[in-house]
Formats: sequence, structure tokens, C-alpha cells
Amino acid sequence: MTLVALHEVSVHFGAVRALHSASLRIGQGEFVVLLGANGSGKTTLLRVLHGLLAHRGRREQAGDAPRQAMVFQRPFLMRLSVLNNLRLALWLGGVPRTAWAGRCAAALRRVGLQGLEGRPARALSGGQQQRLALARAWMVQPQLLFLDEPTSSLDPSAKREVEALLAGFAAEGMTLVMSTHNLGQAKRLATRVVYLEDGEIHADLPVDEFFDGRLQGRARQFLKGEWTW
Amino acid sequence: MVSRPATCLRRAGLAVAAVVTLTLPLPARAQDKAIVMASTTSTEQSGLFAHLLPRFKQATGIEVKVVALGTGQALDMGRRGDADLVFVHDPAAEQKFVAEGFGIERRAVMSNDFVIVGPKSDPAGVKGKDVVEALKKLAAAKSAFISRGDKSGTHAAELHQWKAAGIDAPAEGVAGYKACGCGMGAALNIAASANAYLLTDRGTWLSFRNRADLGVLVEGDKRLFNPYGVIVVDPARHPHVKKVLAQAFADWVVSAEGQAAIASYRIGGKPLFIPNAGS
Amino acid sequence: MSAFAASAATAVDLIVHADPGLRRIVALSLQVSGSACAIAAVLGLPLGAWLAVARFPGHRLLLLLLNTALALPAVLVGLVVYLLLSRSGPLGAWGILFTPTAMVIAQTLLVLPIVAALTRQFVGDALRDGGDQLRSMGASPLACALLMLLHGRWAVMTVLIAAFGRAIAEVGAVMIVGGNIDGFTRVMTTAIALETSKGDLPLAMALGLVLLAVVALVNALLGLVQRGQGPALAGAR
Repeated sequence: MTLVALHEVSVHFGAVRALHSASLRIGQGEFVVLLGANGSGKTTLLRVLHGLLAHRGRREQAGDAPRQAMVFQRPFLMRLSVLNNLRLALWLGGVPRTAWAGRCAAALRRVGLQGLEGRPARALSGGQQQRLALARAWMVQPQLLFLDEPTSSLDPSAKREVEALLAGFAAEGMTLVMSTHNLGQAKRLATRVVYLEDGEIHADLPVDEFFDGRLQGRARQFLKGEWTW
Repeated sequence: MVSRPATCLRRAGLAVAAVVTLTLPLPARAQDKAIVMASTTSTEQSGLFAHLLPRFKQATGIEVKVVALGTGQALDMGRRGDADLVFVHDPAAEQKFVAEGFGIERRAVMSNDFVIVGPKSDPAGVKGKDVVEALKKLAAAKSAFISRGDKSGTHAAELHQWKAAGIDAPAEGVAGYKACGCGMGAALNIAASANAYLLTDRGTWLSFRNRADLGVLVEGDKRLFNPYGVIVVDPARHPHVKKVLAQAFADWVVSAEGQAAIASYRIGGKPLFIPNAGS
Repeated sequence: MSAFAASAATAVDLIVHADPGLRRIVALSLQVSGSACAIAAVLGLPLGAWLAVARFPGHRLLLLLLNTALALPAVLVGLVVYLLLSRSGPLGAWGILFTPTAMVIAQTLLVLPIVAALTRQFVGDALRDGGDQLRSMGASPLACALLMLLHGRWAVMTVLIAAFGRAIAEVGAVMIVGGNIDGFTRVMTTAIALETSKGDLPLAMALGLVLLAVVALVNALLGLVQRGQGPALAGAR
């Protein structure tokens, strides 16, 4: 079942064309990874899939409006305690107050941050903050989770923790769409890879096919690591 | 499903309205026995009101709130109906005010006199002269002279004396003439620091502390007589005017009690004003 | 220099003896400017937040007017409010000219642009960082902006301190709409102006020092509140 689809979608910021004629379907249960150099349009594509941007072309959602959440490269946490950051998400998501305590406790346990409820969220380490952002997203039980380079600003051990969480979410049945530079991460986590260049989708293949050597040109160079930025 | 943030915003909006209404300090209800009197800065700064008004309040229970401006502005306040009565010292302007229908009648209350002050060294040599001759000498000597230039009673009197000395527009005709558009005290400050000559009322002079090198040089001339009058604003023009209360003050200040109170106001043993009701 | 020393001594003397007349003047200054600041906060914080996200035709013009209003001379505000509240003016029937209420209204109009413009700026900056995340969580654009008021509450406090400073230090507006009536509408700044024009410069200066001392005290109390929150924010940026 398709959760969200784009038909010939273009996004312009003033005179700059960030995304051109993008067509894409995200199906339930997939783990789609967006690959591409900086400025290739990955972040814009994520934001337009999530419904955050004005665009030309058509965006469709599955009939029953699947619940969505998004995690960004640098987690934005309010100047509140860990617990209150979670409660805010529940409040904005319209979750009844009676369910709050249970969901918060479960979310913190899920990401391994139990015991830190009272701490100011911004006093946590980078990795902890990103895990809190993931807890916040997971807590509203989204069917569709978007992630914009979630591990780019983390150290290796924090990276591993986050990847493990994401793999866990996928195993639970969540559909994920994630952008990254990290080829290893893409190989480890993705079911499907979409490659972008200069705001256009140049390749959209199942993960094994993407990495089996059939790609040419700049995509090939990108995979070889000769042109990674 | 009720969108929580939306109801929150609505409730916040009501809270905002409540805070705004509650924080505005309301004028005390006990203002029913209070009147607003427009007077001049020189009268207030002389300290007369601090001496007079408590006595009036004791006698009648009426609170007089004094707004002190220049004579011209005080009369304008009366014209706009923002004051219940006016107490100024410019008979010509006061008669005009009554003639235009803004005031009921003008009653003489008291008088003081104007003096010319200047540097004690007196470079223009005006000491002891009469006012007209003094001004002629000042113009000739091109001495620095400070004028209030603010449509006040003092300013009007000053211009009147310049005219008598044959100079219709001292701002153009006198070399050292500077108009500040300010009150008596401020003008005195300027004269003190510039060591200049200045026409001032004796009341303000007596209570002025920042004299520097200034002293009284010309006084006693009958032309320097400065009469004060009180006028109740006509409720025919402005129906909200508290005529009865204002009239109570006008009556009191010309009564034996009020006149005695004026006479008893002294600085350093010298009376500032001479009561002259009925003249 | 001795004039300053004499004034400082007089200031201390005034504070120590706490003359009732002076107390009344100080209290009225704090009430009038405090109320103006409170009303400006209640109106200006949401207004500033809204302006950070509003995109209607003409919003740039509104922004230009708001920024221009930052330079409103106090005397001009006083004059406009006077003409509105004068018995001969449109709101004369209210009868609030020469009362503290009129002074609060004038000062509110004076500091409201400060609150709104500065709030718009820091909310706009905060939204650049976190607007997407809040939108993603389901907040409407206006809700995002208002949440940034909570997130940026220390910036809010700084803005309000600036507004309060502007209000309590101004003399032009309160002089015109209040009339500097002894015992009713005389505040610290109009008292200073009066003593200056009477030539009693040491007393005027002393009153000025008292005013600064009062404002310093207010700021110190606010600083204590902030430090009370300190442990909760230790290390947080």
C-alpha cells in the first residue's frame, strides 16, 4: 500500500530550483534511503514528502492520513526538561492526557534514556539528544517516519546506537524514509535507495540492485567515494 | 478530535483581555471633590500652591490639582475644557479669554513685580535705571539677553517693555537676544550659565537656587507690575466643568482668608505676592 | 565634581529618610511604568510572535511601520494621547486626562513597538532553527511562534527589561498627559524636570540617582529569579 506519493513535484526557493519533477512512491514497510551529495535536494525531498513545503505538482497521501513524524540532523529540543519535551509532542499530537505518563515512560525506555526525565533536555549529550528526538517521534506511534541525516553530527558509538534503534523501528513495521551520506548505513538499513543529483531523482532501485555495480556516471563515482560531497 | 493548541489559544486570548482590563489603574473614585486648575510654571515654582492649597482643602475639603504650563498654554487648556479654572498673570490675554466666552469673569487676586537680573558686574550699566532705559542700554551694548519666548505672561510683559523701548521685534533687533521657549526656571538656568540679562518675576527669583553670578539690577518700576487673575471656565462652553467647586476656589482666594494666606507666604521673610483682590 | 558628590550625598539622604512625598513619587513611577510594561507584554509578545509567521499582503508595510515606531519621540506620543483624551478630543468623555491611567496608556503605546519588534526578531531566529520540527509535530505556524516565546523566555525577559527601562526613564509623555500634578501624577522623571527648571540642580541630580537605584534594584531582583532557575539550566544552551 502506498502511504505517500509525489507526481512531478518541483520546489523553488525564490530563484533557486531545489527539486525538479520528482516522482516517487513510498510503500508501507519500506526503508527508503535518499542518497546524494550536499545540495542535491535530499532535505527538500524529505520536507515535501512530509508536507512541510509549498510545491508545484501533486502530493498524495493514503486515504486514512497516515500518522507521520520527522527527525532532523540537529535535534531541536525546547528549553524544557526531557519529560516536558515529550509531553509537548503528545499535546500537539492530540493524545489524551491519561495516556501521557505511560507513553513517555515507554518512549524513554525504548531509546535507553529512562531516569533522565527531569534533566534539561539541552543539557544532554549530542547522541542523547538525538535519541530523545527519536523517542519523541516514536512516541506518537507514527506509521511514517522521516529522518534527515540523523547520525551526521554524532560520534561513532552514538551512530551505532541510533542505527540500532532505526533498525528496531523498521522491524516493528514502521515505514522509514531517511537521507544520508553514509553508504555503509544505506547498505545496512535500506530496502530501497533513491539517488539524487542537482534536485533530480537519477536512480530509484532496490538496495541490492543499487549497489551491484550497474550504475554509471556521477552516481558510480559517488558510490566509489570519488565524489562524495 | 478537539485540537488542544487551538482551545489553548482561545483561553489565552481571554486571559489577555482580563489582564489588560485589570492592570489599567483606575482614577480613584474619590475624585468627585477635585478640580483641575491650569496655572503657570512661575506660580507653581514659587511654591505658592504648596502653601495655599492645603489651607483651601482644610476649609472646603476640595482638592485642587494644578497643571503648570505657560500662560498661553494654560489659557488654551481652558479653551479646550481640560481645566475647570485658570489662574494666570496676563490681563490682556485674560480679558480676551473672557470676551471670547471661555470664562465667566476675571477676578484680580494678587500681584508681584518683575525685575531685571543680570551679571553683578553689569557691563551694560543698567543698574538703577528704569525699565525702558535699561532695555535701550542693553540693546546698545549688544549684551546677552535671555527671553522665555513661550507665550507666557512673563514673555508677554517682556515684549511689552521692549515695545515701550521702541523695539518691536527684539529677536531680530537686539544682537544678544536669545529665546529658549522654556519656563522661568529653565530660562534662569540659561542666564546663570551664560552670565546674561533676563526679565523674571520676583517670586521665581526668590526661590531660585542656581544664581551663579546674577543679581537684581532693575526693580521697582511701576511698569513692572505683574497682576494675577483667576477665571472659572464657562460651563456653557464645556458642560462637564465643575463650576460650583471651581467657583468655591475663586471665591475663597479673593476672600479675607485667601488673601491673608497669600500675604503669609514668604521666603527669607520677604512676601512673594501682594494680595490685591477688588482692584 | 563636588556637585556630583553633594548630589550623591543628598540621594543617600533621601533614600534613608524615605520621605513620604518621595515614596509616593517612586511608587507611582513603578506602578505606571510597570503597568505599561505588563500591558505591552500581554499585547506585544503575541503580536511579535504573529508577525514572525504572518504572510498577508502588506505585512512588509506593517513591519516598516513597526520599526519606525521604535523611534517615536516620547513627547510626540504624549501629544497624540493628550489630543485624544482632551475634553475637546474624541475620547474626552472618558475624563481620564491628567490621571495615572492616561500615563499608562501613553507609555504602553511608547513601549509596545519595542516589545513587538524585538520579539518578532528573536522568534523569527528561533523558528529558523526549530520551526520545521514544531510544524512536523503538528503545530500551526502561529502555535510554533507562540511556543518560541516559551522556548525563548530569557529573551522575553530581556525584552521586557528594555521596555521597562524605556518607560520609567521617559519624561515627555507622562509630563504632557499627566500634567505633573503634585501628589497625583508626579513621577520621578517629571520631578527631576521640575527641580531642574527650578534651578535646584543638586536635588534634581539626587532624584536621578534614586531613580537609577530603584531600577537597579528591580533588575537585581529579576537576576535573582534567573539565578534560581540556574541549576536547572546548568550547561544548557
